[in-house]
Amino acid sequence: MSGERVTRLRGKDLLGIDPLSPGEIQLILDTAVEMREIAQRPIKKVPALRGKTVVNLFMEASTRTRFSFEMAEKRLSADSLSFAAASSSVSKGETLLDTALNLEAMQPDFLIIRHPHAGAPHRLARVLRSSVINAGDGAHEHPTQALLDALTIRLRRGGLAGQVVAIVGDLQHSRVVRSNVLLLSRMGATVRVAGPPSLIPVGMAALGCEVYTRMEDAIAGADVVMMLRIQLERQGRMNFPTVREYYDFFALTPERLKLARKDCLVMHPGPMNRGVEIDSRVADGPQSVILEQVTNGVAVRMAVLYLLAGGYGEPTAN
Amino acid sequence: MRRVEVMDAREIARALERMAAEVVERGGDEEQLYLIGVQTRGVPLARRLARLLAAATGREVPVGALDITLYRDDIGPWRPAHQQPVLRATNLPEAIDGRVVCLVDDVLYTGRTVRAALDTLMDYGRPKAIRLAVLVDRGHRELPIAADFVGRTVPSSRVEDVQVRLKETDGEEGVWIAREDGHER
Repeated sequence: MSGERVTRLRGKDLLGIDPLSPGEIQLILDTAVEMREIAQRPIKKVPALRGKTVVNLFMEASTRTRFSFEMAEKRLSADSLSFAAASSSVSKGETLLDTALNLEAMQPDFLIIRHPHAGAPHRLARVLRSSVINAGDGAHEHPTQALLDALTIRLRRGGLAGQVVAIVGDLQHSRVVRSNVLLLSRMGATVRVAGPPSLIPVGMAALGCEVYTRMEDAIAGADVVMMLRIQLERQGRMNFPTVREYYDFFALTPERLKLARKDCLVMHPGPMNRGVEIDSRVADGPQSVILEQVTNGVAVRMAVLYLLAGGYGEPTAN
Repeated sequence: MRRVEVMDAREIARALERMAAEVVERGGDEEQLYLIGVQTRGVPLARRLARLLAAATGREVPVGALDITLYRDDIGPWRPAHQQPVLRATNLPEAIDGRVVCLVDDVLYTGRTVRAALDTLMDYGRPKAIRLAVLVDRGHRELPIAADFVGRTVPSSRVEDVQVRLKETDGEEGVWIAREDGHER
């Protein structure tokens, strides 16, 4: 990691973890730490983004991420508009680019986009003046999720470097795993991933992680176990025989958790399939920080909005 | 960059002692007094004043830290440098409702930081009164704001920079007037 302290983001947009330097990741996390305090105030709102307009363009189902962004926007006093694909002209056949250009003609400052296709936010970012934030694109990236996961680990463990993080589940369809592997490995953590061979994409190790097909090998001695949701809606056909068999081999149970470090953190990006990838006794157990992740999500999104609102680019003198 | 010292460590200590004495003299509401330092250098100054007040009155005064960044009037489109100021911690260990808050900062200049601090405080509650203590008043106010307790009035030019350095935050102690070479008064 470079010694120079970064005080601004270089890009107009937040499209993924991949374009971020360790210094930029550090800046977002440092800013988010202080943003957390705002939720404890009697008046949970600061005027920093007064007069800024944010469009939330969610072309795919989302509860947590959309609410989290909306909450972050409101806490910073931005005006926000939320767009639901079902009730819009998308259902009349308008292209994504046309939708975005029409929205931009109303002069928003930010466009938050969730889209089923990888690269959709990047396509829009090239033509729009507003800052584009990727809220999940297909199976590609979900940068604010990885940032909130990193913040949760950092607040519990004091740092990311040297942590052993095991990520288990459907690696094939998960954008969360990609963003997390990129972020955690960039910040000096060791990342192990595990899942059924039929759900491990080609080239997984090249992202910067160790790949396992036995869950037990991945979680042995781990500091953090992050479970991924089995995305039944994304699978044309099941990539494993039955949900029951999946549970038998890849669910985080109290017995399996004993293989990890004694105070190992249990994480899940939600929504959970209880009894499929995670046992309720673990999800609701003392090592679970799943709800802290949700709390930290608002702070991380506030930090990203605040930093992008102030401008971007290479640092100038002074 | 040329730097001229206007206060050394001893003068800072004496100024703070006198300010503490003035706070006590003003009196009346010592029990409700609450010192809140504006990040960054107002915080160690508030701690030092609290120690002096405790020595003078035998009463502990709570100390808080306030970050005013998100209430500034120069973030967003008005800020020419295009760089968001770095956020620091806000930590108010006790509620401010009904208290006599004494804001503490190192330098009073345009008054815009104090305006932001007043707005920030109002979102935390309803103090009985808010007073302002600054180590240095360098003039050039842009808002109708005045300090109640001033360590030293330092006449300065706008092209100059008044730098307060404290052991706790900077590893050195003193107040300097600095100006870029090429600017003459």
